[in-house]
Amino acid sequence: MTEAPRAGTLHLRELTVARGNRVVVNAVSLEVPPGEVTALLGPNGAGKTTLIGVITSLVNKTAGEARVFGHDIDRELEAAKACIGIVPQELNFNMFESPFTICVNQAGFYGIPRPVARERAEKYLKQLQLWDKRGGISRGLSGGMKRRLMIARALMHEPRLLILDEPTAGVDIEIRRSMWDFLREINERGTTIILTTHYLEEAETLCRNIAIINGGRIVARDRMSTLLRQLHFETFVLNLRDSLAQAPTLAGYALRLVDDHTLEVEISKDENLNEIFARLSALGIEVVSMRNKVNRLEEIFMRLVEGRSGADGSRAEAAPPRTAAEPVAAAPAGSAR
Amino acid sequence: MSAVMQSTAPPVNLHVVRWIGFKTIVIREYGRIIRIWGQTIVPSVVTAVLYFAIFGSLIGRRVGSMGGFDYKQYIAPGLIMMSVITNSYGNVVASFFGAKFGKHVEELLVSPLPNWVIVGGYAAGGMLRGVLVGLAVTIVSLVFTHLHVQHPLIIVSALLLTSLTFALGGFLNALFAKNFDQVNWIPAFVLTPLTYFGGVFYSISLLPQWARTLSFANPILYMVNAFRFGFLGVSDVDVAIAFALMTAAAIVLYTAAVILMNRGVGIRE
Repeated sequence: MTEAPRAGTLHLRELTVARGNRVVVNAVSLEVPPGEVTALLGPNGAGKTTLIGVITSLVNKTAGEARVFGHDIDRELEAAKACIGIVPQELNFNMFESPFTICVNQAGFYGIPRPVARERAEKYLKQLQLWDKRGGISRGLSGGMKRRLMIARALMHEPRLLILDEPTAGVDIEIRRSMWDFLREINERGTTIILTTHYLEEAETLCRNIAIINGGRIVARDRMSTLLRQLHFETFVLNLRDSLAQAPTLAGYALRLVDDHTLEVEISKDENLNEIFARLSALGIEVVSMRNKVNRLEEIFMRLVEGRSGADGSRAEAAPPRTAAEPVAAAPAGSAR
Repeated sequence: MSAVMQSTAPPVNLHVVRWIGFKTIVIREYGRIIRIWGQTIVPSVVTAVLYFAIFGSLIGRRVGSMGGFDYKQYIAPGLIMMSVITNSYGNVVASFFGAKFGKHVEELLVSPLPNWVIVGGYAAGGMLRGVLVGLAVTIVSLVFTHLHVQHPLIIVSALLLTSLTFALGGFLNALFAKNFDQVNWIPAFVLTPLTYFGGVFYSISLLPQWARTLSFANPILYMVNAFRFGFLGVSDVDVAIAFALMTAAAIVLYTAAVILMNRGVGIRE
């Protein structure tokens, strides 16, 4: 089960960012467990990048407190920043410099002596399959290579906390999976990782902890497994052998005919699929295959962010968003919040 | 996966971080100057050749002497200083604004380097280009005329203080600039007129009284004359006042740049 977070890593308390009358980040409190991978999810404009901007000092906060490995960003900003490596959402390296130069210079900005920086640049560029491209100008790299270069650059000072803001956006599946393997590897070596992503499969695959932000507020935060257990309803897509003219009526189940060979059914976690299959079979309807309509995390995410039903146990009514002050119900006491 | 074995701890000695960071900014600026030498070094050398050929050799022959010296000898320190001013300013404004525009300024902003080191690094980069171009123009000058060195320490001090002042000016320009027009506006409409009226090509003793009085409000007049004093031993202004003004300007501009950076002006949301 969830263990209490140790002092350090990242601690945010009532962090607020306002632009004029608009509150972009609204009293966010968050504790990131050390040595683990935490997903920060939210729709576009939810405040994820702004939140990361405050931690990395690219955005001025309006109120609240942020500590990185115990260093308060108001009082010990240099020490706090020395612990963080950041892979931003947008490409932000000099396109006219070579990957090798970019990495070596970045290490220098963190006080790494040049000979050590050269060794590390070689190590990380090789690990991220960019060594062959080390000398050319970075503008000539492909999209996936540019993303990997930003990861290599962020690792040059071997940070204790690595923050990745949509690191695999626009990257093909093969490279994305190799980046996941790499991130798992550096996490296993002890680096705490915070990841924002729109690929919920990525979050579900990589992260043990999750925080969902919407409208500048944290609406859920817990262990991934705990959160997924709260999913009371899942939608399954059933592919049928024979065509149907209309959806069959089964008492207690809502079935929807998507097309003449496809049925959708929403099932609560108290119900079981065998019963559905048996009753469909009794009606002479044969199911040849089945899949989840969306992955489980996506289902939770949509329910929380869009206020759809299900995450709180109801089937038809909107789920009220949970706030930082209102812990996730299923989470055990002392869980990572 | 949850085993916490912290990776390499960050360097704890922040003085070392700052020093290496400062050197890295300067090395990066030097790399930029050399990488695009056709834009950073060559234009000032070509301009100096043209000035010496046209103003020095062709027109200068009819001008005769200025301040008791051959006209080419008289304008040489001014031309060197003009190239130092333009390049120190131009290097920082282009490099820092380019970093803002390309967003790679964030590499520095997220790093543990304090703003006073970042400003210092960019200013040193601007000084480096100013001095490099100044040396190149000095070599061109030697092709056309003889340069007598009267006070070497004054030459070096004036050169460094002037390039520092204008490098910091370029930094402030880049900080406020929101587009490339605003990067070019000050060099074109402020620096160039001030330089031309700053005693590069003439002694202000030739001017009517009102123009001479007005010239004393031009900071470049002090820089050019202090530098010229180092070579020729003549000046239109009190050299001590010139150094006091240059030092004060450098301190004020540096302080302003750091304060603005700390407030996030032009760099943070």
